[in-house]
Amino acid sequence: MSASPVTPDPQIKQPHDGPWQDVWSQVKGLRRGDSGMLPIVIGIVVLVAYFQIRNSLFLSAGNLVNLFVQATTYVLLGMAEIWLLLLGDIDLSVGYVSVLGGASAVILTDTQFHWPWYLAILMAVLVTTAIGALHGALTILLRVPSFIVTLAGLLAWEGVLIYVVDAQGTGGTIAVHEKVLYDLVNTNASPLVTWLFFAVCVAGAALVILSRDRGRRASGLLVQPFVITMIKIIAMAVAALALILIFNTNRGVFFAGQRTNLEGMPWAIPVDVIMLAGGTFFLSRTKAGRYLYAIGGNVEAARRAGVSVNRYRLMAFMLTGFTSGIAGLLYISRQGGVSDNVDSTLVLYAVAAAVIGGTSLFGGRGKIIHALIGGLIVAIIYNGMGLLSITASAEYIAIAVVLLAAVAVDSLARRGSEVSG
Amino acid sequence: MPSAPLDGPEVHVDSGVSSSSSTPLLQLRAITKSFGAVQALKYVDLEVPAGKVTALIGDNGAGKSTLIKAIAGIYTQSSGDILWNGEVVHIHSPRDAEHLGIATVYQDLALCDNLDVVQNMFLGHEETRYRTLDEIKMELATKKVLAELSVTTVKSVRQKVASLSGGQRQSIAVAKAVMRDSKLVILDEPTAALGVSQTAQVLQLIKTLASRGIAVLLISHNLIDVFAVADRIAVMYLGTLVSSGPASDYDTASAVDLITTGGLVRSGSTAPSS
Repeated sequence: MSASPVTPDPQIKQPHDGPWQDVWSQVKGLRRGDSGMLPIVIGIVVLVAYFQIRNSLFLSAGNLVNLFVQATTYVLLGMAEIWLLLLGDIDLSVGYVSVLGGASAVILTDTQFHWPWYLAILMAVLVTTAIGALHGALTILLRVPSFIVTLAGLLAWEGVLIYVVDAQGTGGTIAVHEKVLYDLVNTNASPLVTWLFFAVCVAGAALVILSRDRGRRASGLLVQPFVITMIKIIAMAVAALALILIFNTNRGVFFAGQRTNLEGMPWAIPVDVIMLAGGTFFLSRTKAGRYLYAIGGNVEAARRAGVSVNRYRLMAFMLTGFTSGIAGLLYISRQGGVSDNVDSTLVLYAVAAAVIGGTSLFGGRGKIIHALIGGLIVAIIYNGMGLLSITASAEYIAIAVVLLAAVAVDSLARRGSEVSG
Repeated sequence: MPSAPLDGPEVHVDSGVSSSSSTPLLQLRAITKSFGAVQALKYVDLEVPAGKVTALIGDNGAGKSTLIKAIAGIYTQSSGDILWNGEVVHIHSPRDAEHLGIATVYQDLALCDNLDVVQNMFLGHEETRYRTLDEIKMELATKKVLAELSVTTVKSVRQKVASLSGGQRQSIAVAKAVMRDSKLVILDEPTAALGVSQTAQVLQLIKTLASRGIAVLLISHNLIDVFAVADRIAVMYLGTLVSSGPASDYDTASAVDLITTGGLVRSGSTAPSS
C-alpha cells in the first residue's frame, strides 16, 4: 500500500537522508531564522531566572497569573500585527483601533443603550474589522504604503476615540458595567474547568500531531521519529500541567485572618488559546493562509500563480482589525473601563511582541505563536521590572534593547538566507 | 476556448518539419506586434511540434521575448493567427495560455523563497480535502513528478526553495510547469545563471521533457546549449524570423551569421545553409 503510488523514489536513496534529516535541517534553519525558537526560549529562561533571583515573588502563582493576564494584551495585539507583517505590511494603528472597539462595547452596554453583551461584542469586532477593511482599501486603491495609511489611522482613530469617549459626558472615562465584559479578565474559571480546558487542549494537539504523522506514514512519506513526536507531546502535557498547577493554586490574600478564595484560570487564557489555535490553523492549513506567505515571499510569483493579491491583502487588513477588536475587549475588561487617555505605546508593544517572537518585518516569515512568545517576553520584562520597582524609563529602555536584538537577529537571518539561497 | 477549425495545415508548410503529415502543436502565422510606431514583430511564421525542442535564438532586441509573451498571453498580437493543434486560438491572458496547456518559465523563475518545494509546485493550484490543504497528496505528486523528470538532486521536497541551488530552482520551476499537464513549455534563458554541472542538469531535464511528448520552446543566447538539446532551430533578427529548420542544418558559424546579420550576406535567403 505504501509502495504503489510512488515510482522509484530518489529521496529515500540519498545516503544522508532519513528521519534525522529533519532535526539537522532544523539546526541549520536556526541560522537562517526559520525556526528561531531556541534563542527565544533561552532568553525567557534568563529573564525569569534574573527576576526570580532579584525578587522571590516573581515565580509565585499570584504574580505569574497576573503576568499572563498582562501578557494577553500584547499577545493579541501582536497576533493582530502578524497578519500584516506576513505581507511585509504594517499597521501602526492597532492600539487605538483595538481600544476604540473596546470602547464601543463599553458604550453600547452602558446605561444609555443597554445592548446585551453578545451584540456589543459583535459590534466591537465589526467596528475594528471595518476599520481594517478601510485601511486595506485605502492602501490598495491609493497604492500608498500601509505604513502611511495606518500612521494617519493612528492619529485619526485616537481623535475619534477621544471624541466618542468625551461625548458620553462622564468626564473622559467610562466604566464597564456589563458583567460579562468585566468578567472576561477579572474572574476565573473554576479549577475543574481549568483542568478540563487544558486536558482538551493537550489531547486535541496530540491528536492532530499523531494523525498527521500516521497519514504521512501510511503514504510512505518521511515522518519524524516517533520518539520526537512523543517528546513533543509529553513536553506539551508537562507545560499544561504546570499551568494548571499555577492557575489552580489559591492566590487569595489573607484578610482579617481569613483567606479569600481566588483560583482557576482567568477567562482571558482560553481566549488567547482559541485565537492561537484558530490563527495557526488558518495560516498552515488553508489556501488563504498559504497565499499570505506567498505574497509576503514574492508578490510577483503569487500573482503569476493566479493568486488575487489585492483580495488577500484586504483580507489580511480585516484579520488585523478583527484580532485587534478581540484584544480591545480584553483590554477594556482589564482596565475596568475606557478613558480618553490611552497608552500610546500599545502599538509599539504589538509590533515588538510579534518581532521579538520571531516574525519578520520583511514579510513572508512568521507564525501566530510568535505573538504568544513575544508577548510573554514583553510582559515578563514589564512585570519583573515592576516587581523590582525599576522606573518606567529603565523599563522602556530594556524593552527597546530586546526589540532591537530581535530585529537584528531577523535582519541577519535574512541576509544569511540570501547568501545561502 | 473559442476556436475555429481551419482548412488544414497545408496552407503553410514549414519545409523543416520532418513529419509534415501531422499538424504541429503550435503554429504562428504572420504574427505582428506593434508598440506605437515600433514594430517589434514582423510577420513571424513559426511551428513548434510536440515532442521536440525548438530553440529560438537571436540577438538582444530581435523580438524573442515579445514573441513568447504573445504566446504566453501577456501581449496580444497586433495581427496574425496562433494555431493550436491546427485550430485558431485567441490568447488574451496568461490564464488563456494556461488553459490551453502552455506554461512559461521566465528567467526570474517566480518561486517563493520562503515556501518549500511542494508549496511552490502547487502555488495557486493547491489540492484540498474538506477545504483544508491536502499536504500528503501534494507531497506525493511532487515527488512523483520530480522522479519522472529524474530530478534527483533535491534532497527533501520539504526544504525551503531559498536553500536550493540555481539548477535545482530551475528544475523546480520546470517541474511545476510539467505538473500542470502542460503541452508546451516555454523556457526563457534557463541556463543563463548556472554553472557547468547545473547547466548539464537542466539540459538533461529539457531532453526528458521532449521525450515525454512535450513541445519545448527554448530561448537561449548560449549556442552550445542550443546545439546540445535543440531538434529545431529558429533564428530571429530585428523582429523577423529569418530562418528555421532542423538543428542539423545549422552549425555555429551559420547560426552566428544569422543572429548577427539576419543572413543578409546570403542574399536574404531563408533557407538554412549547411
